[in-house]
Amino acid sequence: MPSLLNIILIPLLPLLSFVWLGLSGRRQNHPMAGWLATAFMLVSLLLSIQTAFAYFSGAGMAGDSYRPMLVWDLEWLPFTATAEGLAIHTGILLDPISVMMLIVVTSISCMVHLFSLGYMKGEQRFGMYYAYLGLFTFSMLGLVLSSNIFQMYMFWELVGVSSFLLIGFYYQKPAAVAAAKKAFIVTRFADLGFLLGILVLSYYGGSMDFNQLIQSLTSPESNELQEAQRDSFMGLSALSWGLSLVFIGGASKSALFPLHIWLPDAMEGPTPVSALIHAATMVVAGVYLVARLFPVYALSAPDILQMIGWTGAISALIAALIACTQTDIKRVLAYSTMSQIGFMVLALGVSGYADGNNLGFTASMFHLSTHAVFKALLFLCAGAVIHYVHSNEMDQMGGLRKQMPITHISFLLACLAISGFPFLAGFFSKEEILLAAYTNYKPIFWIAIFTSALTAFYMFRLYFRIFWHKPYHAAHHDDHHGEGTWTMKWPLLILALGTVFAGYIPFSRFVSATGKPFHTSLHIEFSIAPVGLALLGIAAAYYLYGRQSARPEQMQKSLGFLYTSLKSKLFIDELYLFITRNIIFGILGKWAAWIDKHIVDGLMNGLADLIQWIAQKIRRVQSGRVQDYALYFLIAILGLLLCAKWFNQF
Amino acid sequence: MELTPGLYHMLFLSSALFFIGVYGFFTRRNLVTMLMSIELILNSVNLNFIAFNKYLWPGQLDGLFFTLFIIAIAAAEAAVAIAIIINLYRCHKSVDVEEARNLKY
Amino acid sequence: MNLVIFLIIPLMTVVLLLLARNAMQVRALAIAGAAVQAVCTVILYFSYRNIMQGQEPGLLYFEQSFPFYPSWNISFHIGVDGISIAMMLLTSWVVLAGVLISRNITDRVKEYHVMLLLLSLGAYGFFMSVDLLIQFFFLELAVIPKYLLIAIWGSGKKTYSANKLALLLMGGSALILVGLLMMYYSIEPHTFNWKEIAGISLPISLQMVCFPLLFLGFGIFSAIFPFHTWVPDGHSSAPTAGSMFLAGISMKLGGFGCLKVASFLFPDAAVTYAPWVVGLSAIAIIYGAFVTLMQKDLKYINAYSSISHCGFVLLGIGMITHGAISGAVLQMISHGLMTALFFAIIGMVYARTHTREIAKMGGLMRTMPFVSTMLFIVGFCSLGLPGLSGFVAEMSVFVGSWERPGLFYRTATVLACMSIVVTAVYILRAVGKVVMGPLPDAYAQTSDAAGYEKFVSVWLLLAILLIGIFPGWLVELIEPAVSFIQLRFQAQ
Repeated sequence: MPSLLNIILIPLLPLLSFVWLGLSGRRQNHPMAGWLATAFMLVSLLLSIQTAFAYFSGAGMAGDSYRPMLVWDLEWLPFTATAEGLAIHTGILLDPISVMMLIVVTSISCMVHLFSLGYMKGEQRFGMYYAYLGLFTFSMLGLVLSSNIFQMYMFWELVGVSSFLLIGFYYQKPAAVAAAKKAFIVTRFADLGFLLGILVLSYYGGSMDFNQLIQSLTSPESNELQEAQRDSFMGLSALSWGLSLVFIGGASKSALFPLHIWLPDAMEGPTPVSALIHAATMVVAGVYLVARLFPVYALSAPDILQMIGWTGAISALIAALIACTQTDIKRVLAYSTMSQIGFMVLALGVSGYADGNNLGFTASMFHLSTHAVFKALLFLCAGAVIHYVHSNEMDQMGGLRKQMPITHISFLLACLAISGFPFLAGFFSKEEILLAAYTNYKPIFWIAIFTSALTAFYMFRLYFRIFWHKPYHAAHHDDHHGEGTWTMKWPLLILALGTVFAGYIPFSRFVSATGKPFHTSLHIEFSIAPVGLALLGIAAAYYLYGRQSARPEQMQKSLGFLYTSLKSKLFIDELYLFITRNIIFGILGKWAAWIDKHIVDGLMNGLADLIQWIAQKIRRVQSGRVQDYALYFLIAILGLLLCAKWFNQF
Repeated sequence: MELTPGLYHMLFLSSALFFIGVYGFFTRRNLVTMLMSIELILNSVNLNFIAFNKYLWPGQLDGLFFTLFIIAIAAAEAAVAIAIIINLYRCHKSVDVEEARNLKY
Repeated sequence: MNLVIFLIIPLMTVVLLLLARNAMQVRALAIAGAAVQAVCTVILYFSYRNIMQGQEPGLLYFEQSFPFYPSWNISFHIGVDGISIAMMLLTSWVVLAGVLISRNITDRVKEYHVMLLLLSLGAYGFFMSVDLLIQFFFLELAVIPKYLLIAIWGSGKKTYSANKLALLLMGGSALILVGLLMMYYSIEPHTFNWKEIAGISLPISLQMVCFPLLFLGFGIFSAIFPFHTWVPDGHSSAPTAGSMFLAGISMKLGGFGCLKVASFLFPDAAVTYAPWVVGLSAIAIIYGAFVTLMQKDLKYINAYSSISHCGFVLLGIGMITHGAISGAVLQMISHGLMTALFFAIIGMVYARTHTREIAKMGGLMRTMPFVSTMLFIVGFCSLGLPGLSGFVAEMSVFVGSWERPGLFYRTATVLACMSIVVTAVYILRAVGKVVMGPLPDAYAQTSDAAGYEKFVSVWLLLAILLIGIFPGWLVELIEPAVSFIQLRFQAQ
């Protein structure tokens, strides 16, 4: 096993880069800032590879299965006086999925660091950009390594903030600011669910530690589980409440329907950021969260797991449909990300826990890794294209294959991979997902296979619109920088290699729900249908977009309302806007402010006014005339005398 | 019929004097007149003391002492009051109480 | 450690200030005095830790008692526990920051600083007093400088705000005094001594009357709903250091009193009245957050958010579980530091833009990156970002509150949790508008923070980070005292 220091350094190096670059502020706009951060990231990547190697090559093995290893554990914030009570621990948990995520996060982050050297060259806040990247990578690694559900929540919030900072990196652009705020607030809203879910689960489970929590909430004879299933609120057991609330948090981070609305807008950030955060790493945090608590979902609340599966399937389908209509290339990719995450979640939803029945879990994690590679590649290619064309709109592009050969090949490979073209990365993982759905739950399988065909269609629509469609005319600027610097090309090539070969990793040997490796084989006869459908989708895309024609327009017209509603993203944004503007601000906020101003404050002012009014009346007595005073004096004396008489004191 | 003045006569006299003083104090607008009314009131009190002393406790001098005190205080008071009145006159060119109403509310 | 030193230092500083001849001397003296205070509180903290090493925790430490009015059994009795030390650390931290930030005061500099230091004297005395009447005296001592600070050096409708603040707080004091006297005369032998009273079990009927009086009285200081209206007006009219002291120290007097006087001395009543406390504070939390949504002035935003955040203090006290009480104390410290920093930053922004209307500002990140970054950080602290102190406090309150079963308490907890979303909305709305977006031409020439302003920000930020990243030391500091308080409730 690598030493503790090595493992701790993995997240700490990006943090160090954040602190260093962040403190040096504006002065650090020198290209060296980027190189420094990239070097740190590279070391972090090497360390995580070493860790993964050590873990999988034996250190993590116990008997015939991988076991979770608590490498480091420290009580951070106790909530009770006794040692057994609830407490937030900070720890490092190594198990197959966290080690896998370590590799994914550090490698993609490293590529993005490298790519950004060229892409962000000459930016005003170059150093700050790398600082934010460091902060994000640190938080994401912390999230991945969390041994405690509350620790995960902390890093969960931190990735949210770094995502906010990076989306709003171009802070002078109102659209970017709005998108950043939207992303933060929508995910924050869902994090409320996560927080309440943690409160419920930790209250019943008696611990916040993942291992203890899973243990106490899965073994059928434990008191905690029985209590959690007995207590119910509004017809749902406390356990189900807790698990669904936690899932709400995950759903919004992972942009699942209907909490996805922030993801397309988040594309306002710099493109490499979209590749890192909004495609490969942060958005899969929700999937990771469900996978982390998978035993609890699968063993104690299968109904919730099924609901999760449906959520995944529905968002995969809806996102794919919307992706077919968008014209901003980054938005197409964003919806495609949402759709692919839907696939991962769906795979978890159809998976069982027991050995032999948990293909879905492995498939989901597998797809998570391969998707990270090819989606990061797609985004980086899109970044290169945008860098070249200076626009996000498809209409400005077309015929770029000659100008950008490397980007073109990489993009094509990634598109094939995401469509499930045989023997590329996406093929293997997607086949496994479909197979798991087919064996466990047919309705979801039909949705999944249809979505998979749609994926091929919209990805190739994107591909043809960018690289074919029509000859490219440089619009208004000279071709001064070509395809990009080598720092931009190398990451593309490396990731393209990954896209080709990542699928050959024997994933089920490493990752499974129970930790016990198993063997998967390719079912050629099963693959015929999905691959055939994918090819059909590609053909349709070529037919419509291969070259400029009137066919897409006719299609759009014939689809009518369906097309317009998809194009405007099913009006979900409008719905949210209505709720926030009219209900939160218009009703709750306005009323609260009104009450405060007129009733609460009014009460205090009214009290003061009343006293003042009485005083006004009384002060008339103080007329300033000596004779009035003398009169009062006389009356008082006489009154006193009468009183004395009355009480018979004389 | 020979009329020897008794306690009741004295008390009647002093009451009359007192109420004349009170009447004067409330009805006059001139501060000097008001001051004179106060003197009347004080003297009615003096008269009371003397009368009670003479008719009820003839062997003692308490009433006389009180009277002397009151005379002394009345003198002091008159001095202060006249000083105030003079100052008021300097400010307002008048000794009318109705016009000296700055110290209200 | 001799606790009298904490009264002597501010007093000496005040006396020396009165002798000072010019503004420069005044500033130097005040800063020196505040710095000595800070050093002394840190020494106090470490000597407390030394004493605690391996010992069974006691109720009070460093006790001292001088006869003051023996025939009425009133003595000048001082002593501290973990919570008091934490509050004194907070006080000294904010005092130094407040004194340093007052560079831009040019009118009656001497009197201004005298007021600031008198306020700190009141706060120290309040936190240390064991005798409740002496404590009351110090409480009053802390109110009067506030009135003058707002009425003389304030801005906007300052007379109105100062009157409102003084009247409401005096009203609270009146309630406290009535409660104290009632308690005093019901105990045989008559005493105001907190420690002695803690040893007697008071009759329920007395508790049921005294608790609401004291809790409401102290609650007004801590902006209990619906007596919070002095907070927004008072804070926004006060000068920068005044706002910092008000939010950072004065509001904490209330929370401290609610916890250590009202709830501690009358545990039965505290349990009985808990639904009221929880209900009112849950309303304050969510209602304060919604009202903040509609504010347009930066200072009003922070003031209303203070109502919401101080609601967490009272919520924690009302929930009477260990985690919640500990969270309440943490929230007092955290909120004190955070709002002090927030007001300092608002002061810096105002000094440069001459407006506090968020609608008129924008894009300040370009011309003043330091101030903007600080505004961001403090905003994030306010919305409970991990790594900053707000998170630690709020999460302790939430976890502690959840341990109290029952639909009513759970609903209150959920409402309180919901406020973190609303907080995110209003903070991002305000900070996002001020810091990000296009820069209006009017502010194209504004300069970034000066050295002393940077020092103040970093000074407060360091404390926030120290609590946010390593909450252990603070939790350890307050833990024995919190356990004592919680034991009182458990005994019921």
